Amino acid sequence: MKPAPFDYLRAETLEEALEALHQAGTEARVLAGGQSLLPMLNMRLARPALLVDIMPIAALREVADAAGALRIGAGIRQAALQARPGLARQQPLLAAALPWVGHAQTRSRGTLCGSVAHADPSAEIPLVLVAMGGHVHLRSRRGARRVAAEEFFTGMMATTRAEEEMIEAITLPHAAPDSGHAFREVGRRHGDFAITACAAVVDARSARLAVGGVADRPVARALPLPSDPALEDALEQFAWSLEARDDLHATAAYRRHLVRRLGRAVLEEAAACRA
Amino acid sequence: MDDCGTPPGTLHAAILRSPHAHALIERVEVERARALPGVAAVLTGADIQALTSSLVVGVKAPMECWPIAADRVRYVGEPVAVVVARDRYLAEDALDLIEIRYAPLPAVVAPRAALEPDAPVLHAGLQGNLASDRSFRYGDPEAAFAAAPHRIAVEIDYPRNACTPIETYGVVAEYEPGADAYDVLANFQGPFSIHAVIARALRVPGNRLRLRTPPDSGGSFGVKQGVFPYIVLIAAAARVAGRPVKWIEDRLEHLAASSVATNRATRLAAAVEADGRITALDWDQIEDCGAHLRAPEPATLYRMHGNMTGAYTVRHVAIRNRVVLTNKAPTGLNRGFGGPQVYFALERLVQRIALELRLDPLEVLRRNLVPASAMPYRTASGALLDSGDYRAALEAALAGGGHAELLARRDAARAEGRLYGIGYTAVVEPSVSNMGYISAVLTPAERQRAGPKNGAQATATINLDPVGSATVHVASTPQGQGHRTVLAQVVADELGLHPQDVRVVTEMDTAKDAWSIASGNYASRFAPAVAGVTKLAAERLRGRLARIAASQLNVATEDVVFAGGRIFARGNPDNALPFARVASASHWAPGTLPADMDQAVRETAYWTPPELTAPDEADAVNSSLCHGFIFDFCGVEVDRTTGQVRIDRYVTMHDCGRVLHPGMVAGQVTGGFAHALGAALFEEHSYGADGSFATGTFADYLVPTAMEVPEPVTLHHETPSPFTPLGAKGVGEGNCMSTPVCIANAVADALGLKDVTLPLLPARLAAHIHGPEAARPGGGAVPVAGGRQLFGEGSAMVAAPRERVWAMLLDPTTLAAVVPGAHDVQRVSETEFRAEVTLGVGPVKGRYRVALTLSDLDAPQAVTLSGGAEGALGFGRGTGRVTLAEDGPERTRIGYRYEAEIGGKVASIAGRLLDGAARLVIRQFFAALAAHAGGGSAPREGIFARLLRLLGWRR
Repeated sequence: MKPAPFDYLRAETLEEALEALHQAGTEARVLAGGQSLLPMLNMRLARPALLVDIMPIAALREVADAAGALRIGAGIRQAALQARPGLARQQPLLAAALPWVGHAQTRSRGTLCGSVAHADPSAEIPLVLVAMGGHVHLRSRRGARRVAAEEFFTGMMATTRAEEEMIEAITLPHAAPDSGHAFREVGRRHGDFAITACAAVVDARSARLAVGGVADRPVARALPLPSDPALEDALEQFAWSLEARDDLHATAAYRRHLVRRLGRAVLEEAAACRA
Repeated sequence: MDDCGTPPGTLHAAILRSPHAHALIERVEVERARALPGVAAVLTGADIQALTSSLVVGVKAPMECWPIAADRVRYVGEPVAVVVARDRYLAEDALDLIEIRYAPLPAVVAPRAALEPDAPVLHAGLQGNLASDRSFRYGDPEAAFAAAPHRIAVEIDYPRNACTPIETYGVVAEYEPGADAYDVLANFQGPFSIHAVIARALRVPGNRLRLRTPPDSGGSFGVKQGVFPYIVLIAAAARVAGRPVKWIEDRLEHLAASSVATNRATRLAAAVEADGRITALDWDQIEDCGAHLRAPEPATLYRMHGNMTGAYTVRHVAIRNRVVLTNKAPTGLNRGFGGPQVYFALERLVQRIALELRLDPLEVLRRNLVPASAMPYRTASGALLDSGDYRAALEAALAGGGHAELLARRDAARAEGRLYGIGYTAVVEPSVSNMGYISAVLTPAERQRAGPKNGAQATATINLDPVGSATVHVASTPQGQGHRTVLAQVVADELGLHPQDVRVVTEMDTAKDAWSIASGNYASRFAPAVAGVTKLAAERLRGRLARIAASQLNVATEDVVFAGGRIFARGNPDNALPFARVASASHWAPGTLPADMDQAVRETAYWTPPELTAPDEADAVNSSLCHGFIFDFCGVEVDRTTGQVRIDRYVTMHDCGRVLHPGMVAGQVTGGFAHALGAALFEEHSYGADGSFATGTFADYLVPTAMEVPEPVTLHHETPSPFTPLGAKGVGEGNCMSTPVCIANAVADALGLKDVTLPLLPARLAAHIHGPEAARPGGGAVPVAGGRQLFGEGSAMVAAPRERVWAMLLDPTTLAAVVPGAHDVQRVSETEFRAEVTLGVGPVKGRYRVALTLSDLDAPQAVTLSGGAEGALGFGRGTGRVTLAEDGPERTRIGYRYEAEIGGKVASIAGRLLDGAARLVIRQFFAALAAHAGGGSAPREGIFARLLRLLGWRR
């Protein structure tokens, strides 16, 4: 459990990091907390030639309110954001989900953008990003672009990020004044990878449910309001559409069952929060 | 262990391990690894076997047991090569350069399947997988079954689990060529009977193997016994390297291949009277010891032999014990050692009896308990239950643990429609193993030839130095029992000192210390045997000092009192001497000692209890000296939606004889409970049907954390053991025996389950609560695996005529282009291709040797692609059926269905991600094919280059 040899660059500026990514291409990985990447290095599952540590870059350590959204820089650690005053008011879904991200120890090192870049299908932060209709801000030496969360995640640990690009920030729209939010997750133990995680956003006219841990990426869908009898069938369709599979910890049928039950529960809870 | 100092010039070892459950080793290529600068030695199985002998096997069977494979691997994680290098990083780099070609064989995983006539055979000499088959009969079980009104039975598959200490195995070994001797520091825990096994394997007499253990431990729970094959391996490596060699097992190695508890398939039947009294038991146990029978196995199966009737008065017992080998990691000592497997069956049976006879389970339990008046009680199979008042302990637990309130909580919960249940268990917890119990695996005639084995020799030494301070050494290895605390207390009490005045030395050194084969820390022998013999040594030393003091104080020896660091005359505390003055007399003024006293410097006591006799002609075995009693009950609630189990209250009553140190006992009980909770709810060493190992990290082998472990209510009822010097019995293993089945009984009660399988997976319980799932709306197909782990289907649209797509599929240049990580694609024949491919998903990348075959060609509409890949991250095999359908003149729809299985490292440590990763790679392969054929509709991003990047392919 020792990593293969690699080079390490402690990037002081964004330009330095982008130049390194441009030069090294597929051989480089961004280090932003390392709570998933370093175990993979130690187990020799991943063997990048270069790690570009972006944590010293001051410009990435910013959290800002920007045009009705929260912009979270790539250097922001999960524990730091969790402690942000007013988070539960502006970002109730994120505030509800953050305690489910790993453990206090991993949150003290792990970053939000690192979790988004890693794109584990059971991860909570990508799920919240998709549920809230957030965006991923990518930058390379050639320029910057913004990708909607639902377009960003393309499969198991796969995203539309180009190798020379890095995530500069994510933005999450603030909770609308008349909306309600709820998050629930089922795992074997606290802090385990979610077997199923559900995040709901409900306002007067619409309901949206995002599910993690079932498909190969977080998936969101507009659904009837909890008071609408059509919800039952819609949840059934949604549950089956995620193509759940059996694994060591749960069956596909159990995952579908949780999508139906937890899905309804979080939609009802979100509707109740609104009231 | 890892931070113990090492001799100058120490090198570091890393071990290459088998990714296959069962395979022949066809070729081992180590030259590239040897050539890596900084590498001192690379040893294969053949190299090790040339320097060592097979480890002794505990049954009379034609089979060997090596610490490393030479011609055949038999489990995932079995060592196949050892690299010794300047540091561990380099050693692991060199592992990557070793090439081994395997010819995979079918694997056998389940114990019953291992006995099938057509099962793959692991050890050719055995002509099957059955290593031992013994039947025992005590009393007249056939007559008892014939006479009983009821025969009630359970069938149990007890899973594999382990104890996962924080500290893994560690060995530092050195070879002295001049003396032909090995010096080894290892975190071995005993029993030191294994010293003989190691010395024999290294082909040296015992005095040429100096085995030392460190003073502190990062936990063992039995597991550290299993370090011994690695002692042989690393010692041999040190001999070849000519330098000291250090090896620290990493967590991946530990989970895959250290030492786990046995899984066991049990059928247990009881002859039962109408009132629930059990008159006879019929055991049929099939013990799964994994790929090798490592010493002291099959001891797990025999450790409980004397107490197969638990806490009950059952006089007629039949036992059939079979030991089988399967393609899984070898087993060994683990907390509870044999108890969890036995009591899960026995206590599930007691609940089943209550259910079938419509009796209160508590009443069935009460009616069968051994009465206090019968103590010491000889069980049917030969154990002598030393002491106890089981009935009184049970009633005290019910009263003190709030049983009546728990019943009310169950009623209230059920009235609200909640799923609430209560479980009970009574067990006897054996401690201080008889070194002879394992010989019950031999027939009486075989035992006769081998010579008697029995006893439980414990050893303690107390030393007095020239300033009169006392140092204690015991032949035991610490692992959290409180050696320093408890032994200082025992000696201080005897010598009238403060505990802090007594120094306890806890490392062992076979070259210097008093020890015997029974030395070490196992079978819960610390409090009853090790602390006991320490008291004996202290008593004897005190006797000597009392005689020296008596002459100086001018009183009779029996009137000498030891207290407060002084030695004085009874009734006259002013007639006193400092303890140190008397204690140092033998150093400074031996002439003042009584004429018949040689010295009062050092006292070494040996103790072995006379009750631990060898198994007799009728196979009666007093397998352990002490038998504590445990009665547990608990209330659990099962979440109706998620199937998750919440423990509402857990009460555990212990009679562990005399409690020497309440804090230490509480620590042992709490720790045992946490281990047991893991076994009940979370932990299983899981293997796929093909023998692939599925729980290679702590993300899949789930150990309970502080969040999951409720605090049990612990109660005590003390009946001192008449057989141990301090009246103490073992206490650390009991909850591993009682708790898993107590929780299972409670869950069975909550859900009305007849059978319960551990661990209690929420998905399994939810399926029981909710019944079968309704059909998919619209009748869409439910994807079903065809026996392989991974499966899927998909399609891609190509803007090209069907014939052209067909031609492309059969063209190696297409493969080279479509699989851009492919180096050097070769067409071996019309339908066979070989390539080297670098393949990745996310940050996970690896290089593989790929072989592809096309078959069932139905030009131009369908072809079957089958193939395999093998690389450092593991191997995969799969088949896919590809169909081509015309979709307009210039358009073709490629459809595919595949099944695949993946084994080796990536399957062991990232099983959760395999399905999605396989789907991604296969989807993108066809998307790339479509793009290559003229741009299709498939890749959303469209352009080829982007696709490659997404795939993580690289040139």
